[in-house]
Amino acid sequence: MNAKRASQLVAVVTMWFVVATAIPAFAQVDFSGGWGARLHEDNLERGGGPEMNEFEGLPINAADRMRGDSWSASLWTVPEHQCIPHPADYGPNFSQLVMWSDVDPVTKDVIAWHTELSWMNPVRTIWMDGRPHPPAWAPHTWQGFSTGKWEGDMLTVETTHLKPAYVRRNGLARSEKATVREHFIRNGDILTIVTIVNDPVYLTEPYIKSRNFQLDPGYHMTPYPCSVDVEIDRPAGEIPHYLPGANPFISEAAAKHKMPLEPARGGAETMYPEYMERMKTLPTATMPAQPAASGSAQTAPAQPPANAGTPARGRER
Amino acid sequence: MNKRVAVAGVIALVWVARVLAQATPPAAKPDGVGSVHVWPVQRNIYALFGPGGNSTVSIGDEGVLVVDTMTAEAAPDLVASIRTISNKPIRWIVNTHSHRDHTGGNPVVAKSGVYVATGNTRGGGGASILSFESALMRLNGSANSPDKVPEGGWPTDSFFVKQKDMFFNGEPVLTIHVPNAHTDGDAIVFFRRSDVIAAGDVFTPDRYPVIDLNEGGSINGLIAGLNLLIELAVPEFNEEGGTIIIPGHGRVCDESDVGDYRDMVTIVRDRIQDLVAKKMTLEQVKAARPTFDYDGVYASPTYTGDMFVEAVYRSLTAASNPAQRSTSR
Repeated sequence: MNAKRASQLVAVVTMWFVVATAIPAFAQVDFSGGWGARLHEDNLERGGGPEMNEFEGLPINAADRMRGDSWSASLWTVPEHQCIPHPADYGPNFSQLVMWSDVDPVTKDVIAWHTELSWMNPVRTIWMDGRPHPPAWAPHTWQGFSTGKWEGDMLTVETTHLKPAYVRRNGLARSEKATVREHFIRNGDILTIVTIVNDPVYLTEPYIKSRNFQLDPGYHMTPYPCSVDVEIDRPAGEIPHYLPGANPFISEAAAKHKMPLEPARGGAETMYPEYMERMKTLPTATMPAQPAASGSAQTAPAQPPANAGTPARGRER
Repeated sequence: MNKRVAVAGVIALVWVARVLAQATPPAAKPDGVGSVHVWPVQRNIYALFGPGGNSTVSIGDEGVLVVDTMTAEAAPDLVASIRTISNKPIRWIVNTHSHRDHTGGNPVVAKSGVYVATGNTRGGGGASILSFESALMRLNGSANSPDKVPEGGWPTDSFFVKQKDMFFNGEPVLTIHVPNAHTDGDAIVFFRRSDVIAAGDVFTPDRYPVIDLNEGGSINGLIAGLNLLIELAVPEFNEEGGTIIIPGHGRVCDESDVGDYRDMVTIVRDRIQDLVAKKMTLEQVKAARPTFDYDGVYASPTYTGDMFVEAVYRSLTAASNPAQRSTSR
């Protein structure tokens, strides 16, 4: 083989690698910068959030409905609950967003994408270097363990190892056995995040939602320090909740919005357009006979017998 | 021409290297031997997962301290796994309670260690073993119990007060008795500088808590134990990290995980207490399904929601529990 033929061969091989590897490189989209949440969908998840026992449009099962009926908003006053940030599958509902990447200084490959949300400042890492997810005994976090890969111009992210959290922040639980798939899609100055939650414990179908953000180059993330403060002096060890059948709010939201009770109880069928026809056949919910006053608490737990162990001590911090 | 060939070759090699770099994920770290897996927690502390209960291991210049020794069958793998993270002698074993899935490996692990004289202890050449007094009585056969282990696995040291303090591997190690929780011989082990707590079966986030009524366990003692863990733990940020809790079974946790579990146990206790107050029988209480909304998370074929309900019911309706002496240090 003479030098000319060798040169041609090397050039062909080089071109092959350039073509083979350039497609994903060109497909990578830059998400860096500040993004303002566009509140276009699912108003229930914004700002003040949903009302008690407002479960419509969610593919929950009977067990999750029971979790929701048992839940009291006073739970947020318990010290261990006060500084919990929204988990990765809920946070993008309304928070401002900042994204940045870590780049390998030698190869210039993106090793990881990070997101930070404005509410409580949770920072998340999406690993892009092909590392495996941790074993089952590894810690779980609010943001979980995420790995990403490019599918054309779309970044697809798989998340495991989430702490137990919520489908909706009125007590509908999402278990730690859940996994989440997301698609990050950029069209010009608009970023769309599609979130698909699969929970074998509390959901009967995947829960799919999309959220839009607009590029906000001047956005500056503000700190969100959370201080745990005990402001309600409740008996030691008491956890606010409603005993089965004792929640007075079950029909309140439905009645307030002049809708039937059945859709407010949630379930996969309430997600689909054809359910509107069924709603027309259902009676409008009525207000509870004696609506609980604002700020009223849950049913107090029964006192443990004196001989059944040391009472739990409360804590202030 | 040769120069052009060389340049083109270099370019090709760079692209090959790049492709290979993209295709090769970071290498996984070795994580134990056989059936036992090692997870580095923080500072001096490692968590080991395998058959039976979890083990927590402190390593440092003074040697190795092992909290719980898994089953007898897993003990050789446990010792071999410890050897992958420290070549120092195993000095101490601490048992969080007497059940065989946490103490079965005592003889093998103790024999592989080295005795350190610490006052009024039995000694005998191997690692010293510490437990609460009632756990000692079961392990050495003084109390009638299926937990008895061969003599080489008997505790060499015990305590009957609230807390036993040591200083090991550069940090305080607090072994704190939890009265009448999973059993009446429970202890949690707090590595104060590393900020890690080995919780034993007071906290088992992958299942409903087993309340061993035959060995003095109680639902309210267990809830008190969970609240004690929460009192000791301080999260770093956003109710996450900071103090790490290694449960008796299940994954590595922090305060929020204990809080979530404590909420579940308390809520189920309250529901059953309410039904007991309404004079319902055990069968009626089971029929009311007070764990229905949690069964998907915590129930297993070996410990169902009904079994947990029965334990809570019997605990709440028991005539009395043994008096506790753990009132002082």
